[in-house]
Amino acid sequence: MAFIDYYKILGVDKSATKSDIKKAYRKLARKHHPDLNPNDKEAELQFKKVNEANEVLSNDENRKKYDKYGENWQHGEAYDQAQKQQEQQHQSQQHYQRSSGSQDFGDGEYSDFFESMFGGGFGNRPGNTKFRGQDFNAQLQLDLKDVYTSEKRVLTVNGKNIRLTIPAGITNGQIIKIKGKGGEGRNGGPNGDLLIEFNISNTTDFKRDGSNLYKTVNLDVYKSVLGGDVIIETFDSKVKLTIKPLTQNGTQVKLKGKGFPIYKKEGQFGDLVITYNIELPKKLSDKEKELFEELAKLQ
Amino acid sequence: MQNTHLIPIPSLCTHYQIEMSFFTGLNAYGLIEFISVEKTYCIHQDKIADVEKMIRLHQDLQLNYEGIDAVFNLLEKIDYLKSELITAQNKLKRFEDG
Repeated sequence: MAFIDYYKILGVDKSATKSDIKKAYRKLARKHHPDLNPNDKEAELQFKKVNEANEVLSNDENRKKYDKYGENWQHGEAYDQAQKQQEQQHQSQQHYQRSSGSQDFGDGEYSDFFESMFGGGFGNRPGNTKFRGQDFNAQLQLDLKDVYTSEKRVLTVNGKNIRLTIPAGITNGQIIKIKGKGGEGRNGGPNGDLLIEFNISNTTDFKRDGSNLYKTVNLDVYKSVLGGDVIIETFDSKVKLTIKPLTQNGTQVKLKGKGFPIYKKEGQFGDLVITYNIELPKKLSDKEKELFEELAKLQ
Repeated sequence: MQNTHLIPIPSLCTHYQIEMSFFTGLNAYGLIEFISVEKTYCIHQDKIADVEKMIRLHQDLQLNYEGIDAVFNLLEKIDYLKSELITAQNKLKRFEDG
């Protein structure tokens, strides 16, 4: 537990007036307020620090106590007694330990330093109002294959097991809100929500855009010129496609309803778009070369 | 709309220890919408999270109704831009190698 320099936090010096402190607090509170910086842990921490600094420095009694003990806050009582003894006996042998290290702001409303010096907070601050608990944010890593069908999962968030049905077709970056599974409400207020962000990785041959899937299929030059049939894999099955003679490189074919499930629309699917990539032979036999030369002469 | 999903404003005043005038002000500025049930003004329970945010902005930052409105509009814009960014990033993946 380290000493916290509240003056430094508010960016004011020790001679600052109440009005200077109020002004500095309001400016920093506007900058770091969690409602203005959603999902920003750093802003939240800064806001707590600024709030605590204001709690101490805007209250005459607490500011006096803080200024009196300063960095010797850990030995405040001993310091008082020692001063009395010093006055009475004209001697002082006291030594005060100076703390160092990081400031200890946990998840609570106040730092350990504050709790130790002033107790659990003040009764007349707005914090006494009943407030809804904090929203919790969690991230869930899934593969594209995992979200092709609706899936039931049990997640453990802050030691609590939460059953969740992940609807098929959920997209990368999408957030699902689970009501009442966030932080506990303050002063009897309702619980916050749990916000789960889905990070969906794709290790398949398919590219996804919403509910549409895209795939590139290689065709040899003979099939692209003469036409024929190919079997291609869709996301969950195989289909036979007829290639028209003289199919050009980059030709696209849309397979309706063979794409990805549409989110929260059971039984509905997007399209699968196939792009043909014509592959030229990398090596020719003498006979093939001869035939190609004959073909070229016909042009 | 089921009445069980509506919360009477006087209950909110007691719960959050806030004067009725604050809520009537929010309603007058179009920040919340009162629903009248048997001569009692209510709001829908889904709006509670927004109302609490408004209370915090008002109490912590001394924002007036216009300020709260501006903040909500900007936060809405941020949300929209974030979702647009995610959609664009997802689209971009189609054209990336691998």
